Amino acid sequence: MVDAKTVTRDDVLEVIRTELAGFEVSADDVKADASFESLGLDSLDLVELSVRLEDAYGIDIEEDDLKDVWTVDNAIDVILAKVGKS
Amino acid sequence: MGCRVRDGVALVTGASRGIGRAAAVRLAADGWPVAVNYRSDAEGAKETVALIESSGGQAVLACGDVSNADGIEETFAAAEAVAPVLVLVNNAGVRRDTLAAMMKRDEWDDVIRTNLDGAFFTSKRALKRMISARWGRIVNVTSVIGLRGNAGQTNYGAAKAGLVGLTKSLALEVAKRGITVNAIAPGLVKTALTEGLGNFDDLAKTMPIGRIVEAEEIAAAIAFFASEDAAAITGQVLCVDGGMTA
Repeated sequence: MVDAKTVTRDDVLEVIRTELAGFEVSADDVKADASFESLGLDSLDLVELSVRLEDAYGIDIEEDDLKDVWTVDNAIDVILAKVGKS
Repeated sequence: MGCRVRDGVALVTGASRGIGRAAAVRLAADGWPVAVNYRSDAEGAKETVALIESSGGQAVLACGDVSNADGIEETFAAAEAVAPVLVLVNNAGVRRDTLAAMMKRDEWDDVIRTNLDGAFFTSKRALKRMISARWGRIVNVTSVIGLRGNAGQTNYGAAKAGLVGLTKSLALEVAKRGITVNAIAPGLVKTALTEGLGNFDDLAKTMPIGRIVEAEEIAAAIAFFASEDAAAITGQVLCVDGGMTA
């Protein structure tokens, strides 16, 4: 679905910004080093975000993938690793 | 009451007969496309689909054994070909009655795996889509035996009581996402599952309402929990038992 070679960290950050608008998070606050907690997201929000990112990138995100995701940067790492494998 | 309010499908496990079939027919009448899950009774499941279609409803077969991961994936593949599963009725159940002192390990495991593990892992599979839709309905079919016990049914009673605990904790986890999780506890309903429990005419005389409960009456309660009218009810167990537990 997504060409791994063309996806950059900035691309993923932009997609996360777009998806987080659905959680009433201002795009200006979504920086790579921001923690999801600081953005006001709880664990259930993170599950919802992961479903939206699964749909956006055509990937499967498992519970183990989320256990070390605390920041936007962590989420970008997961997405890039998954897209690389797809 | 009970009209479909979202673009989703209603998945009913164990819908080839009995309460599952009645629930599938009722939800279809309420406007939901229904995924009719079954494990081995293909003829029964096809009859359920035919019943729905003859009334102008939409239904698909969703074969899969919900007591294992592959079966759950097969089931969801068929259901999600129609739409995301936004209503889930965990009805699939088996009985392997025997006295605890004589119960074999596989008689315990089979009942826990289908009745409890199956409901949990099927719910888990459905939850992601419900969470992203911010709307969902999970209805677990437990039993009065999960509330008051019955000699010869320690495995079944444990699984059904477990389903009550699952219902309450899961309800709290997802309440803020517009997802409700409730349980129906049928009493004595004449289905293939309850065959062998005794003479139904004699049993009917012991019921406070003087008769056994019909599968359609259980289905009506399931449809209520699936409806928008029940949006404020979650984590509850409704006994549809003709007064057995009054």
